[in-house]
Amino acid sequence: MTGATAVSGLLAAEVPYWASSIIKLGVVALVVPTAALILGYVFLMKMMSFMQSRLGPMEAGPYGTLQLLADGLKFLQKEDIFPDKADRTVFALAPLVVLISTFLIYVVIPAGPDAVVAQLDVGVFYALAVSSLSVVGILMAGWASANKYALMGGLRAAGQLIAYELPLVLAVMGVVIQAGTLDLQKIVSAQATGEIFGWGGIGNPFILTQFAGFFIFLVAVQAELTQPPFDMPVAESEIVGGYQVEYTGFRFLFFFMGEFGTAFAFGALASVLFLGGWALPWGDLGHWGFNIAGPVIMLVKVLAVSALIFWFRFTYPRLREDQLQRLAWKFLIPLSLVNIVVTGVFKVVL
Amino acid sequence: MTASGTDQRQQLAYVAAQAADARLNVEIETEGMTLNIGPQHPATHGTLRLVARLDGEQVVEAEPIMGYMHRGYEKLAEVRTYPQITTLINRIDWLGSFANEVPFILAAEKLMEVEAPPRAQWIRTALFELSRIANITLFLGDMAVQLGAVTPVFMAFRDREFVLNQIEAATGGRFHPNFDRIGGLKDDLPRGWIEDTKQAMEKMRNFCDEFEELVLGNEIFQARCRGIGIVPPEVGLAYGLSGANVRASGVDWDLRRDGQEALAYDQIDWRVWTHPDGDSFARYWVRLQETREATHMVDQLLDGLPPGPIMAKVPRIIKVPGGEAYAATENPLGEMGYYIVSKGDLVPFRVKIRSASFSNMSITPWLLKGVYVPDIITILASLYFILGDIDR
Repeated sequence: MTGATAVSGLLAAEVPYWASSIIKLGVVALVVPTAALILGYVFLMKMMSFMQSRLGPMEAGPYGTLQLLADGLKFLQKEDIFPDKADRTVFALAPLVVLISTFLIYVVIPAGPDAVVAQLDVGVFYALAVSSLSVVGILMAGWASANKYALMGGLRAAGQLIAYELPLVLAVMGVVIQAGTLDLQKIVSAQATGEIFGWGGIGNPFILTQFAGFFIFLVAVQAELTQPPFDMPVAESEIVGGYQVEYTGFRFLFFFMGEFGTAFAFGALASVLFLGGWALPWGDLGHWGFNIAGPVIMLVKVLAVSALIFWFRFTYPRLREDQLQRLAWKFLIPLSLVNIVVTGVFKVVL
Repeated sequence: MTASGTDQRQQLAYVAAQAADARLNVEIETEGMTLNIGPQHPATHGTLRLVARLDGEQVVEAEPIMGYMHRGYEKLAEVRTYPQITTLINRIDWLGSFANEVPFILAAEKLMEVEAPPRAQWIRTALFELSRIANITLFLGDMAVQLGAVTPVFMAFRDREFVLNQIEAATGGRFHPNFDRIGGLKDDLPRGWIEDTKQAMEKMRNFCDEFEELVLGNEIFQARCRGIGIVPPEVGLAYGLSGANVRASGVDWDLRRDGQEALAYDQIDWRVWTHPDGDSFARYWVRLQETREATHMVDQLLDGLPPGPIMAKVPRIIKVPGGEAYAATENPLGEMGYYIVSKGDLVPFRVKIRSASFSNMSITPWLLKGVYVPDIITILASLYFILGDIDR
């Protein structure tokens, strides 16, 4: 008991603005590579291997846990190659733009009552806006590589990400209507304190009422992450990696980290919006209890959502570009509009 | 003549207008893109090159360029004795090697006027079907990976091992058995092989059932394959397509049933699978059914295996009498035939290899007109070629 109070006292102590800024920056800078490592190892290497009846990496570290670190080191040793006709500045900047967009999402994602870099009133809006910034980076990469495959990949990515931005935002609208706020922290507390027909046993995680929104969100996220069945921008068997085709070494590593970091961020966003975020449906750990346990609870939920995302990835073949657009415009967007209408009607009636 | 002066002015004005129009059209018309797919590209199974003129994502025309892996087997065969040639031709279609040897040996047997004893013919047929399974299994996984689903190809490699193990147990070679001899086979079957093979066939049937659900039942797979790359039967025949490619267009033609070669196909109970659609889906479907049918055929062949010698009486040093002979069989990829011209020497005077993939590839310029770039991959994968079989 005294230990807990000591910790909470330490955490509650006033920290100067510059120090807290540096701490928060450091945390975000740590979270992105760590997230990429966790997802890359647990899902890309191990889960995929087990689904394909093989073991995956087993040599580097216990059960191959250090394989990604070894791969990262390998990438750092590679020669930094610019294609002959590449637009050098844009070519060099593109992976950074993708990575920065990933970093920016983490700014608003809450992992506890105070464990958040910036609590914005328009958190949902901000997160979705900066996540689509990566399109610019991908388009830059596709154009600057001076490669036909890369250009096709970049253009495909642009068309796809624009098409799927809409269902992504519309899917979230249902949650926003139900919670009555764009603030991610308030969305979390709305779910923790909510009641289902007067019964507050497990709060009211929005997945129960917004299951259509959750489904659309997952599909749109899959397209945003350019993962199968929507991986046309990188399709290895068609355009051989698309916009990544000319990248080597640490620039390629940036793309990799961006992809998996964004996957983790979207998993976190999904668990905040639909699964109750850092809060537990039962049992109140108190303000500081949640500050410490919150990240762990979040991690569990994020891994659950990511497992779903990656399960799709390893199971499905790839759609064609026109089929993907048809799915977005003719199915997902009308469905999400209907979802919004139904949510709105219930909000007014109840 | 005054009229002609006016005419001339009008004509000049007309020409100038035309030229202006042409300039304008040149400016408005977007420039197409030439995309070079291959020789190094994951979808080409090796070194096929495809030069595609694109308008956006649509193919205006595509031309396959072959020969990057030409190894000159027809010429090499002219300086090798007949037993040595089987080593070469093992490497034509490297996924189902034993099937390559059979038509060559059959053609040579025709020239020598020997016939393999019944037991050798039955075992030959069984190994032929095993190599068909080993070959098509990989196609079933590979087509899925070309469409972006990574998992099936690992399952295909996993279950293909069972068949390769049996081929290895009988012949000593996993990929290149080199087991067929003029007048029979190198050895009889090892002890216990028949039971093991039947178990392996059971596993392959499970594999086929699994793939029928996993791949054929997948909606995205169907959306990508149905109606893509439709080959009408008359066009397919005109381009010289053979094998499952032409059977998927509804042409009921199979050399195993319709051919005249000395194999045991006429003594077992089996059927030829056809599909009316002629699209990529039909080609996959037909190959899957044929794999399952082949497992039943192997079972029957092993049940009814006649006793007797494994080798006919042939001289120790094989000199093939002068003459010409052609033998063709229904190989995993389609019709494969060897035309041998002999002058009575230790070596053939000329060997012409008719390989299935070469003819199957010839339809690609016709088939690829107007499709989208992702469909190129679907069509190439479903036509199913092996580079060694194209370039020889």
